[in-house]
Formats: sequence, C-alpha cells, structure tokens
Amino acid sequence: MLLRFPGTLRSFTSLALLACALLLVAPATEAQLRLDITQGVRDAVPIAVVPFGGQAEGAATDVAAVIANDLQMSGRFAPLERRDLVSRPTRGEEIRFEDWRLLRSDFIVVGRIEPDGTALAVTFELFNVRTGAALLAERLPSTERGLRATAHRIADLVFERLTGTPGAFSTRIAYVTVDGRPPSQRFRLVVADADGFNPRTITETTEPIMSPAWSPDGREVAYVSFESKVSAVYVQRLATGERRRVSARAGINGAPAWSPDGRQLALTLSRDGNLDIYTLDLGTQALTRITTDDAIDTEAEWSRDGRSLYFTSDRAGNAQVYRVVLDGARRAERVTFTNGYNARPRLSPDGKELALVTLDRGGYRIGVLDLESRNLRVITNARQDESPSFAPNGAMVIYGTRDRGKGTLAIASSDGRFQQRLSSDQGDVREPAWSPFPAR
Amino acid sequence: MKPIQILAVAVLALGLAACQKPTQVKPDESATATTTDAASTSGLGEAGAGGGSSAKPLTPQQQALADLQQKSIVYFDFDSSEIRAEYVSVVAAHAGYLVKFPSARVRLEGHTDERGSREYNIGLGERRAQAVRSALMLQGVADAQITTVSYGEERPAVDGSDEAAHAQNRRVELVHAQ
Repeated sequence: MLLRFPGTLRSFTSLALLACALLLVAPATEAQLRLDITQGVRDAVPIAVVPFGGQAEGAATDVAAVIANDLQMSGRFAPLERRDLVSRPTRGEEIRFEDWRLLRSDFIVVGRIEPDGTALAVTFELFNVRTGAALLAERLPSTERGLRATAHRIADLVFERLTGTPGAFSTRIAYVTVDGRPPSQRFRLVVADADGFNPRTITETTEPIMSPAWSPDGREVAYVSFESKVSAVYVQRLATGERRRVSARAGINGAPAWSPDGRQLALTLSRDGNLDIYTLDLGTQALTRITTDDAIDTEAEWSRDGRSLYFTSDRAGNAQVYRVVLDGARRAERVTFTNGYNARPRLSPDGKELALVTLDRGGYRIGVLDLESRNLRVITNARQDESPSFAPNGAMVIYGTRDRGKGTLAIASSDGRFQQRLSSDQGDVREPAWSPFPAR
Repeated sequence: MKPIQILAVAVLALGLAACQKPTQVKPDESATATTTDAASTSGLGEAGAGGGSSAKPLTPQQQALADLQQKSIVYFDFDSSEIRAEYVSVVAAHAGYLVKFPSARVRLEGHTDERGSREYNIGLGERRAQAVRSALMLQGVADAQITTVSYGEERPAVDGSDEAAHAQNRRVELVHAQ
C-alpha cells in the first residue's frame, strides 16, 4: 500500500519513515548469536543435507541450512559444505549413492517443500550412504512462518535416529547481554531459539540482571534484577510479558531455582549479610529457611525428585557443592572434594550428573561430576568459564566464557570432546540458561 | 486535507517521534550522570559564584562530605573481606562524619573481581560490605544510617582480566545520600 504525503514533504519524509521503519524492524540492540566454526570436531560424522526442493536459492528460511547448522552445533556431525554437494536430489529415488560415498558422506538428508491446501508440507528422508538403507521418511505439516521450527524438528528427528538421543534443537535459550558503561549501561534479558536465531529482549534496564531460570513448563523465566537499586527476584511470563516481583526482601534476593513441579522457588536471601537458602511457595508465599550456616550458602538447584537441593557453600573455607535433604534435619552433606573451588551446580536432565564451575589448574572451567562415582571431568579449557546449563537432552552444556576480553557464550558436549563458541557482534553476552523441551 | 492525508501526517508524526526516542536517551542519561557524581561540585559552584542573594555557602555537613568523597573506596585482597591497614583511616573518616551528622546515610556497595561464579560473588561482595558496616558500627555509627548492597562482579570499576584490574574491582564503595 502506498501512503500519499503532502507534496513538498513527500520524498524527504518517505525516506525518513523508511529509515525509521528499518530501525524499528531490525533493532541493532538485539545482537544475534551465531555458531563460530573454529575447528573441525574430531570423530564428527559427515552428513550431506541437500537443499530442499520447492525452495529458491536465497529463500527467507533455508530449511537445509537450518538443519545443517543444528547438526553442526551438536558437535556430533560435520555437514558437507554446500559447494561440495555433487547433485541436488530432493527425493530418495534421485540419490546416486556412489557419488556420496566418494564424498565420504556417511548419511544424506533430502527433502522438499510443497503446498498443502493453504499451508505447506515438508517431506524429508534420511539415508545411510554406505548401505543405501532408508532410515527415516516423514511428511510434516508446516507454514511459511513455521518453516524454521519444522527445520529444527527435522534436525531433532535426524539427531535422534543417528545418536539414540532426542535432539534439543526445538528449544530456546535465555541469556543476559550488557552494552556500554555505567550510567548508560544496558542490561537485557534475551530469549532466542537454541541456534541463536530470533532474539527477543524480554526485559531491559540500566542496572544488573542476573541468573535467568526457566520454569519446568518453559512458559516463565525467573531472574534477578537490580532495577530498583537493590536486588529483587522476578517471574516473567514469556507469552504476555507480564511479570511479578516474587521476592524483594531486605538484603540479597538471588539465585532463583524452580522446583520440578514449578510450585516453589529456591532463593538466596540474606539477613545481616549472611546468605542462606530458602524455599518460597509461589502459591501460598510461605517462606522456609533451608540452610542456617553462617557461611555463604547460595546457587541452589533441585534434585529431580524435588526432595533435596544442591548448593554452593564456603562453610569449609572455600566454595564447594553440598546437598541438603528437605525433610527432617536438613543436614548438609558435602558433594565435591576434588579441586579447591566448585560452585553453581546444575543437574543433568537424568539427574545423574552435576555441571559446575571448578578451579582447574589455575582456570575457572566447567566440570561435570558423576554423582555416583564422584568422578569429576573437566569439559572446557579456558580461564573464565561459568554459568553451565545442560541442554534438555543432556548431550550439550551451554556456558559463559570470555573471548578477547568480551563475554560470550559457548557450547560443549557433555563428554568434553568439543567446544564451540556462539559469538555476537556487540557487547557482553553471559549467563545462558537452556530451556526445557517444549510441551507437545 | 483528505482523511488519508491526515492519517499520513499522523503516522509520520508518530514515526518521527518514535525515531527521536533513541537519540534522546543519551542526553537524559548524561544528565543523570552529572547529578550523581557531581553533587559536591554543583555545591562548590554556587558558593564560588557568591553574587546572587540565593547563593549559599556550603553547610558544615556539605563541606565535610566534599572532603570525604576524595577517599570513599576501600580495596580488598583476593578472596578476603578483611579491611587492610591502609584503609582503616578511610573508614574512620566516614565513621566520624556519620557520627557527627546522625541524619546522614551511607550506602555500602560491595564488589568482587570477575573470577568464580556470579551468585557466589554476590555473597563475597556482601561479606565485604558487611565488614565495612561492622567497622563503622564499632566506631559508633547507628545501624539505621547504613544500607548495604552487593553487586558481586556485575559492576567492575575497570575492564580487564589482569591482576591490576582485579585489584581495582575488589572493593566497597561508600556512597553518601544527599
């Protein structure tokens, strides 16, 4: 539609409006994260993801590119470069397997997008290149706007078929970005797709924002904001943006963690400067004190059965991880013993491992502790790694690190075989939290 | 004007107003910046001008505060909340002011360097703020005059990951309410 502007103003104003519209559509403030391919991952499985039929080159959502990027991000697969693709089959019977064997591709994904009434349907097939065996063939309903989500779904299915673990590409991440210096510093809490696409700022202030935590149903995020010049804990509903302040008590209000049933938050509060862990019933507002030690007790994480909390405490002189059972005497037992600093525990989805920050040979790195064997394996190798968060399939851990003096996010496989950076063009990016699986 | 033209003008006005917004943010913020850190300078300016009938000399409290603000940061060793000997006199000067002016208020802002986990560092920053609070109270400052906040590693004084930067970031800032 063309708007008619009064004569003399017309050309100038339309230019101004256009410039303004562009600014509004693409705010420069929401830096998009992208995967930094710094090195090939050893043992990554080569796979060809052929551009889907029914899509012109340069389409808004390149389905094959989204799938390939997801698989690359997992570290388990090495998608072939597009320029190396010898042909562009879009269905199984068009594949000449001997060509792909020559390219040393172990697997191949082909597919096509077709109109389906007023919507779209995406059909894809997965083959073993060596044997020619069909491993997957599905037709998924989609829409023009939903193509990215469909592509992530296909990546999930391919990942699960080839690794035995469900893919976690249809999930989201929350993180904090920081730009500028005080007093014009900007803290933003951002929610984006797991591949960094589609970042949306859900809250923004000149004061620090910390510790985002997803509710178990993935609909809300709890976080700490200093926007009133002191810390307070907020819970924000993502669909509506509506939020409530759930704790603004005198002293510290920090480190929110959701109980598995989503009814309670574990929090860190302080009285006379002594940090202890409390649980807050979100329905009744009842507050229960869990720890009473006069050390720093913070960074609670619920066990999967909701009956105990893991947390950080320096009651033995330096930061270590402890566990307290919520019924009865609430006596804390120490969980970590190797290394002089272990903090901020985060439980794996199966409840068997803790990701944490550990002081390893002079650097703060991400460790994964096997709760049964008590074996601690260090899975990152920089000096300032922090804030680990498991993907809901347990295969990857997202964390904060520093790169050339700037905070940035990175992903490591839980087994420590690879790390990949998610870089952004501006500001500090920190404190990633990986969402649960979306409800189906 | 035809309705569509009126609409166009309205849309244009709104659009331009929306465009203005980002550029207006800066002056606003720098204005607040100057009011916060130059509270004492604006007082001195008035005193210096001296001409107008409304100009007032600094009150004794304002003068005392202006002197104090030369030294209002206490620095700490790594993983320590002990007030080093060289800062005992700094804390004592602030205590003296707060005792002399019981209506005065101070906010103690505790900070850490970037190492370690963030929420744990909130705890360390709080411990430092509490160490300064205890020292003030031992010298007669009333509890009600003091508030504390810990920013942990969220508000570094300087960027950088070397020991010099870390040393400048492990601190408590004594911020006096005006």
